[in-house]
Amino acid sequence: MSNSILELEMLRKNFGGVVAVSDLTLNIEKGSITSLIGPNGAGKTTIFNLVTGFLPPTSGHIRFAGRVINKMKPYTIASIGIGRTFQNVQIFPKMSVVENIMVGRHLRSRAGILHSCLVPPFLRKEEKRIQDAAEEQLHFLNLAQYAHTLAGSLPLGNQRMLEIARALALEPKLLLLDEPASGLNARETIAMGELIGKIKQMNITVLLVEHDMELVMDISDYVAVINFGRLIAEGSPAEIQENKDVIAAYLGE
Amino acid sequence: MNYPDGTFVDVLQFLIMGIQRGSIYAMVAMGFNMIYNSTGIINFAQGEFVVLGGLMMVSLTMAFNLSIVFAFILTVLFVIVVGVLMERLTINPVKEPTVLRLIIITIAVSIIIKGAAMCFWGKGSHYMRHFSSSESLDFYGATILPQTLWIFAILLFLVVAYVIFFNYTMTGKCMRACAINRDAARLAGIDDRKMVMLSFALSAGIGAIAGIIITPIIQMDYARGAMLGLKGFGAAVLGGLGNSMGAVVAGVLLGVLEAFGAGYISSHYMDAIALVILLFVLFIKPSGIFGSSEAMRLKEF
Amino acid sequence: MGGKNSVGFLALIIGIVLLPFFVTNDYYLGVLIFTAFNCLACIGLCLLMGYAGQISIGHGAFIAIGAYTSGILTSKFAWSPWLAMLCGILLVIVIAFCLGIPALRLKGHYLAMATLGFASIVHIIAVAAVDLTGGPSGLVNIPRLDLFGYVLNSDRQYFYFSWSVVALGVYIAFNLINSRVGRGLQALHGSEDAASSLGINITSYKVQIFMLSAVFASISGSLYAYYMNYIDPGPFDVSHSVLLITMVAVGGLHNIWGAMIGAIVLSLLPEFLSFLSDYLQVFGIEYQPDYDTLVYGGILLIIMLFLPEGIFIGLVKAISFIKASIKKVLGKKFSESGADRVE
Repeated sequence: MSNSILELEMLRKNFGGVVAVSDLTLNIEKGSITSLIGPNGAGKTTIFNLVTGFLPPTSGHIRFAGRVINKMKPYTIASIGIGRTFQNVQIFPKMSVVENIMVGRHLRSRAGILHSCLVPPFLRKEEKRIQDAAEEQLHFLNLAQYAHTLAGSLPLGNQRMLEIARALALEPKLLLLDEPASGLNARETIAMGELIGKIKQMNITVLLVEHDMELVMDISDYVAVINFGRLIAEGSPAEIQENKDVIAAYLGE
Repeated sequence: MNYPDGTFVDVLQFLIMGIQRGSIYAMVAMGFNMIYNSTGIINFAQGEFVVLGGLMMVSLTMAFNLSIVFAFILTVLFVIVVGVLMERLTINPVKEPTVLRLIIITIAVSIIIKGAAMCFWGKGSHYMRHFSSSESLDFYGATILPQTLWIFAILLFLVVAYVIFFNYTMTGKCMRACAINRDAARLAGIDDRKMVMLSFALSAGIGAIAGIIITPIIQMDYARGAMLGLKGFGAAVLGGLGNSMGAVVAGVLLGVLEAFGAGYISSHYMDAIALVILLFVLFIKPSGIFGSSEAMRLKEF
Repeated sequence: MGGKNSVGFLALIIGIVLLPFFVTNDYYLGVLIFTAFNCLACIGLCLLMGYAGQISIGHGAFIAIGAYTSGILTSKFAWSPWLAMLCGILLVIVIAFCLGIPALRLKGHYLAMATLGFASIVHIIAVAAVDLTGGPSGLVNIPRLDLFGYVLNSDRQYFYFSWSVVALGVYIAFNLINSRVGRGLQALHGSEDAASSLGINITSYKVQIFMLSAVFASISGSLYAYYMNYIDPGPFDVSHSVLLITMVAVGGLHNIWGAMIGAIVLSLLPEFLSFLSDYLQVFGIEYQPDYDTLVYGGILLIIMLFLPEGIFIGLVKAISFIKASIKKVLGKKFSESGADRVE
């Protein structure tokens, strides 16, 4: 499909004798919100780690916008337009909220070590641009009042928002969200769903791993079900809800 | 009897000297491994245990004229007490044990022990009489000191004791359990804190023994700790960090390489040879000869 | 640079300018000059350890390389001191690059031991390569530095010069910290995974900071050589590297001011201790200079156990505690007098 932004082809990952991902073939359509669901330990985060370069695949191909990205390191993957969040929120706890987001602008700026050492901050136009872009993100996510708070002191819901804001500052074409609603209450989950909708409107493709079925069925355009590292079903939310194999997997026959 | 020609004798001599030095590195490496296995940290004061063992033994035998056996036991006990004190006072109480902090703490302890050694024993080297005779024996044209034979014997004894302790005694098996999975061991009722203390005690003990048996040959002084520690660590890494049997092989290998390097390349740079090997191993295969890189990635440090 | 840091920087400049008017004794000026050398090396080390989170117990090696490069090129080949210092800088950049790439893939203890091993090797070479380095007797006839023909002869002049270099070092360090690179370093420290997912090349940054910290150390070594006009392997042994770590750890690992305070306190400590020993003699306690090592170790241990963020943060916290207590007391006084008036 030429409208796929991410193509996984016969993707396999072995850890010693354990097969974590098994011959997975899946295409993610550009501009969609696709959810990966499945029981715990099914291999979903492993798939994320394979796509974002944190783990090398044992065999198979990963293509992003037609380009094979198997062997790329995480920082290269970020530079070609894939952003991500982590299952256990990985914000920078000792930096302020706005500084966290400013790190997200890293690839949209250029100052190297020599320039940074010798040119004082007040003479750096690029710094101003970075700061402005970060503040824009803050307002977009309603985190403006926390701008100078230490990220580590925020409650979990806000930390997850921050992590997403930071990834958005990257201006990615594809955003991978790993269990964004995990640990959130009902109100926060609804807000998260709205946020993901807004992200789709920015023409960013979203791929998420989630356990909250209501959220998944509510916002997803497409759902893929993973169990034991295999793709056992894929389709629209309605199709998945009727699928016998899926029900079996969750109820554990 | 036909004696072999000069080159063979040289090789033999270097081999003997290499195994002698290597035995010490092997023992220091075993000490590193024991603490590493139970706590995950590298004890930068390990070399100082060796120095303390040697210097204390010197005082007890030369100044107080105690018998070798008696002094040996007292010295080992003394250094064990120091090791246990170190664990109780500086490692156990730490509430936020980051890698950096623990490294600096063990460095601090090593500085203190070194400083204390300098104050009590001065800056000179100290001579201690050999266990048995100090006359060299002849071995196919090469000379070998009886003390060196003592070193081989004690290393062998330690290896056997190590195998028996960790495989056939309850305490040893508990320590191994703690090393593999501390939480699971705790759930099984093992007091992991005691195991940590025990590992420091054993490490200190082995270090002391190493210091005691080498002092008659090299004359111990207060400043030797750092180099011995570094080379012992090199042996530990070469053998696969955490693998004490590998450490023994690696230690002896390191000593032999060092001796041959000193003989055929240059004796001025002898110390540098072991260190270059250390850097080589760290950069190319940090999991060592007998370690696996997968297992290494799983350990935190 | 940030408000509070600018105030600190100003205080530093003022201190530097005024100090020689109060300290006229050449010996004490000398001690302060050595303190400057330590400060410079410690600033670099602080960037490496506190901001990039890498452990280096072998920084003395880079100081030695700087000192010996300067010494050899000037005394044996009659190079200009400035050119020789530049050569030292380039040499450590290359060495730090070659050493850093394999070494900085290592973590924690491995890196600590690797740097310690490297420093030991450099020291051994300094002692053994007699033809090149003069061996244990060292190098003599190292010339003095001159600034555009004006030779730095007196201790006073060298004091101003070396501390100006320190001030420049502080300026550069703060510029770096408050920049895109500085943020990248802090991010790396906070979460390497997250940082790389945002496009930061972790290894590249670590190696770059390693090289930068080596440059600081090299300059420190060169300045030392030009001050002493003589160098031998003695001050460049492993204990000196350990001392540098002690300075940064005691002062404050994650803070440039902390590193400087650590360097200043521990450089001045021997003088303070010998001063103290005169008093202790009154009580019949014989304090020998040999006890210095014990004191260093003791201070390091106590700080690491009870005040791990270092003296600087400890002082900052103490000051805010005092401020808060004063506010409380004043607040009470106001409410009491208010209550009186109402009645």
